[in-house]
Amino acid sequence: MPDLFDALMLARFQFAFVITFHIVFPAFSIGLASYLAVLEGLWLWTGRDVYLRVFRYWLKIFALVFGMGVVSGVVLSYQIGTNWGPYADRTGPILGPLMGYEVLTAFFLEAGFLGVMLFGMNRVGRGLHFFATTMVAVGTLISAFWILSANSWMQTPAGYEIAPNGQFVPVDWWAAVFNPSFPYRLAHMVLAAYLTTALVVGAVGAWHLLRDRENAAARTMFSMAMWMAALVAPVQIVVGDFHGLNTLKHQPAKIAAMEGHFETHRGAPLILFGLPDMEAETTRYAIEIPKLGSLILTHEWDGELKGLKEWPRQDRPNATIVFWSFRIMVGIGVLMVMLGLWSLFGRWRSTLYATPWLHRFAVAMGPSGFIAVIAGWVTTEVGRQPWTVYGLMRTSESVSPIATPAVATSLATFAVVYFAVFGAGVFYLLRLMRRPPSVDEPAPTPAPDVAKPALAGGAVGRLATEEPAP
Amino acid sequence: MTIDLAFVWAGIIAFAVLAYVILDGFDLGIGILFPAIKNPQDRDTAIDSIAPVWDGNETWLVLGGGGLFAVFPLAYAVVLPALYMPITLMLLALVFRGVAFEFRHRTVRGRRFWDGAFAGGSMVAALCQGIALGALVQGIHIEGRAYAGGWWDWLTPFSILTGLALVAGYALLGATWLISKTQDDLQARCFRWALPLGAAMLAFIVAVSLATPLLNPVYAERWFAWPAVLYAAPVPLLVAAVSLAFWRAIRRRAERLPFLLALALFLLSYIGLGISLYPHIVPPSLTIWDAAAPESSLKFLLAGGAVLLPIILAYTGYAYWVFRGKVTPGSGYHH
Repeated sequence: MPDLFDALMLARFQFAFVITFHIVFPAFSIGLASYLAVLEGLWLWTGRDVYLRVFRYWLKIFALVFGMGVVSGVVLSYQIGTNWGPYADRTGPILGPLMGYEVLTAFFLEAGFLGVMLFGMNRVGRGLHFFATTMVAVGTLISAFWILSANSWMQTPAGYEIAPNGQFVPVDWWAAVFNPSFPYRLAHMVLAAYLTTALVVGAVGAWHLLRDRENAAARTMFSMAMWMAALVAPVQIVVGDFHGLNTLKHQPAKIAAMEGHFETHRGAPLILFGLPDMEAETTRYAIEIPKLGSLILTHEWDGELKGLKEWPRQDRPNATIVFWSFRIMVGIGVLMVMLGLWSLFGRWRSTLYATPWLHRFAVAMGPSGFIAVIAGWVTTEVGRQPWTVYGLMRTSESVSPIATPAVATSLATFAVVYFAVFGAGVFYLLRLMRRPPSVDEPAPTPAPDVAKPALAGGAVGRLATEEPAP
Repeated sequence: MTIDLAFVWAGIIAFAVLAYVILDGFDLGIGILFPAIKNPQDRDTAIDSIAPVWDGNETWLVLGGGGLFAVFPLAYAVVLPALYMPITLMLLALVFRGVAFEFRHRTVRGRRFWDGAFAGGSMVAALCQGIALGALVQGIHIEGRAYAGGWWDWLTPFSILTGLALVAGYALLGATWLISKTQDDLQARCFRWALPLGAAMLAFIVAVSLATPLLNPVYAERWFAWPAVLYAAPVPLLVAAVSLAFWRAIRRRAERLPFLLALALFLLSYIGLGISLYPHIVPPSLTIWDAAAPESSLKFLLAGGAVLLPIILAYTGYAYWVFRGKVTPGSGYHH
């Protein structure tokens, strides 16, 4: 058992802490940016005022979420160097360009068009404004592409050779970028971001329907969100299954930990619940279904599943954590599917806006996407241990030679600052969401600037009131 | 003929860092001046003048960090642990000031707090960046491929000097930016601040220039040895000329010129820094070639960077152009 308070553990806590806080914001802003682009597009296409109202409602929330995502993300781009110097030195030749491309193709695109998206509606005209919103949405997806490629390379490294100085040197960029686990991880995360956003939007719509079931904007939010839940949640479970099979192929120790298997079995049971004990090498209090584990993972009744004992103790991930984080994620996924089915039933019976218990369920599910995203990342990242580059570079070899008190101080400071700042941010978000979407949803941009006539002429200045041309 | 990729990339990273310093410099500078801007409407105007662009400005910092990780990973791997405290403090300061842009509009009771966070965060971030620069210039102790110094090595009189110098310089950029973007009372106040800030910046340039050659004989040689003196000598002469032009521009109430001249002072200081450091990326031991990533990495990112950077500059320019002209009260983001 490593000392909890040595420099390595503290650096790991710190990275886990700042990245867990961070992932909440991109998971929300990836989905919300796409949702805003869809809303603005629908408004331009159909001319229905309600889409503009919903767009404006969520734009203010997006501004807040995006800002928090930016500042918590800048921290991460330096965290790798400050706390994981030797790792940065060895992996930089491969992971550096991937992150460099993320900055060049995604971050600048988002930041460049965000100003126009938030403040520019009166200055650039509808078409260009829609273009700016779309660019921000595309930027968030490109960002997901590169960062998940980089993460996947750590999980399933490919396209490299190791130089005499220890660096991983790229020999085949295509293989490195599209490494074996990348497509599954990318699909799984982007769908997760969409679902997370849909559940927040659905919860806010449902909250306002519980107070006023005639509110047209709340109905639009709720209906669109429930379509997402109904259609995407089942797809997500299928994608997750493929991701799991890919993990079984490339990281069988992670699967053994997720399933709580210490012994290698033919016809392994599915352990529903239990408490994996790493010291005793057994899963206590296990509730099992015979043979189902093998059937799910190998698609054969008597398929062989390796147990953790196949690996030396120092090469095993912590099963106590990933066994449970995996079950939290899966359990929430099942609840999402149930919510989607219930909403389909409500639609079929024309009671979608008139079923308070459905709305209460949707409100309760509001934060569930975030919990599932964090639980999923805990599963895959703790399951990657004890490696930073799977099978090639240990976490213990990756850490910077920094004095323990320095890391302890920074970790404590990050904890205090993040809880205070992002706690305040969540409070302001909830306050915005508590306000019902009203008929005269205030524009995020004001009347046109008197000192500078708007470029595209008078038409754009009337945006807020004018009915668009058919 | 082969292209020296490490040299090309050193140029690109240097450009990214300069872009960061001047772009985020003026918006951090507005934060530094914030305690002196008391009128609530003037505060809103000052914030509105940077709200649409600050995020793009800060992205250059991520390019500087991410780019270093990609093309000079060894430099990234030793510099950041050496500067652990100032970098961590800078990041936390940027968290406070970054969220303040939105948070201050979300609360009435808490606005004073977030205005304080904006001002304090901007000031601490600027100070830490200057300290980090000074700590890099004075040299970083490396053994093998890792940082081998202590966690307080960065703290010296020289690094404090560069830290204060950057605070003064950013405040100058902020004041001259506001001169070009505002009118009436706030602009008049910025005109009054510009000369003392310009004088302070000049004094810091002189002090840092005198202290730098004393740190390391190599730096002195790069400035005073023949024939280096031929291309080094114009730098201080140009600083003197720009300072004079700045003084005259403020005296005759020019609105755009002071900002451009303040940028010129930054550019000249940056060139001076380049003369001292080149070809080292981590003095005293690592040159750009020691720290460069393998050729396949440099090529892969350069292929995209060569296409993408001009596009980025184009749409960044477009974003500035959309929000060109004076900011008037109430033209921002209030609801």
